[in-house]
Amino acid sequence: MSKRIEVRDLNVYYGKFKAVEDVSLTIEPRSVTAFIGPSGCGKSTFIRTLNRMHEVIPGAYVEGEVLVDGDNLYGAGIDPVLVRRQVGMVFQRPNPFPTMSIADNVLAGVKLNNRRISKSDADDLVEKSLQGANLWNEVKDRLDRPGSSLSGGQQQRLCIARAIAVEPEVILMDEPCSALDPISTLAIEDLIEELKRDYTIVIVTHNMQQASRVSDKTAFFTIAGTGMPGTLIEYDDTSVIFSNPSVKATEDYVSGKFG
Amino acid sequence: MTATATPPTAAESPRAYQRLGDRVFSKSALIAGSLILVILAAVAIFLVAQSLPALVADPNDFIGRPDSFWAYVWPLVFGTLWSASLALLMALPLAIGIALFISHFAPRRLAQALGYIIDLLAAVPSVVYGLWGIGVLAPAVQPLYTWLTENLGWIPLFAPPASGTGRTILTAAIVLGVMILPVMTAICREVFLQTPVLHEEAALALGATRWEMIRMAVLPFGRPGIVSGAMLGLGRALGETMAVAMVLSPAAVVSFAVLQSRNPSTIAANIALSFPESYGVNVNLLIATGLVLFVITLIVNSIARWVVNRRKDFSGAN
Ligand SMILES: Nc1ncnc2c1ncn2[C@@H]1O[C@H](COP(=O)(O)OP(=O)(O)O)[C@@H](O)[C@H]1O
Ligand SMILES: [Mg+2]
Repeated sequence: MSKRIEVRDLNVYYGKFKAVEDVSLTIEPRSVTAFIGPSGCGKSTFIRTLNRMHEVIPGAYVEGEVLVDGDNLYGAGIDPVLVRRQVGMVFQRPNPFPTMSIADNVLAGVKLNNRRISKSDADDLVEKSLQGANLWNEVKDRLDRPGSSLSGGQQQRLCIARAIAVEPEVILMDEPCSALDPISTLAIEDLIEELKRDYTIVIVTHNMQQASRVSDKTAFFTIAGTGMPGTLIEYDDTSVIFSNPSVKATEDYVSGKFG
Repeated sequence: MTATATPPTAAESPRAYQRLGDRVFSKSALIAGSLILVILAAVAIFLVAQSLPALVADPNDFIGRPDSFWAYVWPLVFGTLWSASLALLMALPLAIGIALFISHFAPRRLAQALGYIIDLLAAVPSVVYGLWGIGVLAPAVQPLYTWLTENLGWIPLFAPPASGTGRTILTAAIVLGVMILPVMTAICREVFLQTPVLHEEAALALGATRWEMIRMAVLPFGRPGIVSGAMLGLGRALGETMAVAMVLSPAAVVSFAVLQSRNPSTIAANIALSFPESYGVNVNLLIATGLVLFVITLIVNSIARWVVNRRKDFSGAN
């Protein structure tokens, strides 16, 4: 199910503004990769290029290649809609559909494109996905309640359940815990640990401990100054990045001297 | 009302200190709020008081000698609801479509231009719409009406014979539809634009196409707004006087056929047309029909409220 991502010479633009410059890296399947770096260095911008969500913004475009198991996401004739079904995404702020019940939220992606699904299959899938997101026990008695009736942490796990219900190859998470309390954060971190068995996971985080706890590899981004594009400074095993980085800027950042 | 500068201590007066600005504001808001109720009550009292004589009068004193008050009002009530529903049925899907186009499909420039044009439509006086209905629309659709009765006449809606002038309840409903289109479009456009980007991106990230995103995030989120817009439009269609009075040549019939020359009139149009020649208890009769229209509008609005509140938990407002 999970796949390798290879990014080659990627430049990312908002109209005339180049937000991210010349990023190349390889993300292994069934691993957790963390993106760290100061605010505004283009972490969100970059992660959104991995499922072509970047181009949803008017004027935004990408140069370069993103290969998922060798296939270029930006190749001619590739439908971004199909890319997004393979590469799921969890956002910074929990965003379950407020007009749908908890169960319908989980099924939202599955029902797209008029795919028919029988009632019993749907029930099974809802249970499996919510189990997978460690949410089943908390919501199994109120599946028909609106998604917005849950707490922030539960909503975020509901969004994860919604993302894994379509069985993507990769799951992208952009600061999934930054709007959550510490207990909910731990719940999500445990979940990431479990999800990594089946999925390739990429996570943006501002929290150094979180990066060191959950990730196998870490990529450090930064910008030279405002108005300049963000660049990838160092990409290595998480243990190396946090204990023995080869670039001074990385060391300063992870040790809290900068950022 | 709750503005407190500092928490009062025991020694201070128990009444919270209120700033002058807050007091003035809360008082004027209260007055403005009450004024609405007072005006509404005044209208209702006037309508009821002036209607009573008609309700107890001998129907033989009425123009046209109907069997009873209700026999007089019923065709008008029917005509009012029928023409307004037809107008809503035609205008609402169009309004939603235009609003979606403006909010989610059109390039920025075009969207702005379209927005202005729609708002301009709202500023055209209803007499002008009436003139347009008689002078342009009715002759233009008449051949179509004839064709419909000849080919689809077996559908009760299109039962023959077709009106020779084209001035039928369907024409009136089309004019009404055009009149209520701007306000409904404007409201739908506003609520569609307010759909949180968060939810639109959630749908897109799941692999929704643009249209699926709209069905998943935009329309459900905008539902209360759509209902409100529809009700505003319906309210205007129910009460519209000039355009209908000009287009329709009324008859006291109850018929669903929309292409014939005998059409039910509406309450408002009937009042406008009959008032100049009314005397004595007939004036009260017309006012009583006005009371009926008032009640119908109240009921329609309550239904809309109920529709909106029924799924309040799922509205996205929390
Ligand atoms: N929608 C947008 N339009 C234009 N510029 C944007 C947009 N979103 C982000 N940017 C710019 O791109 C740069 C990177 O932002 P972002 O990816 O959000 O950084 P991060 O997630 O690392 O904090 C910033 O300079 C930001 O101002
Ligand atoms: Mg960000």
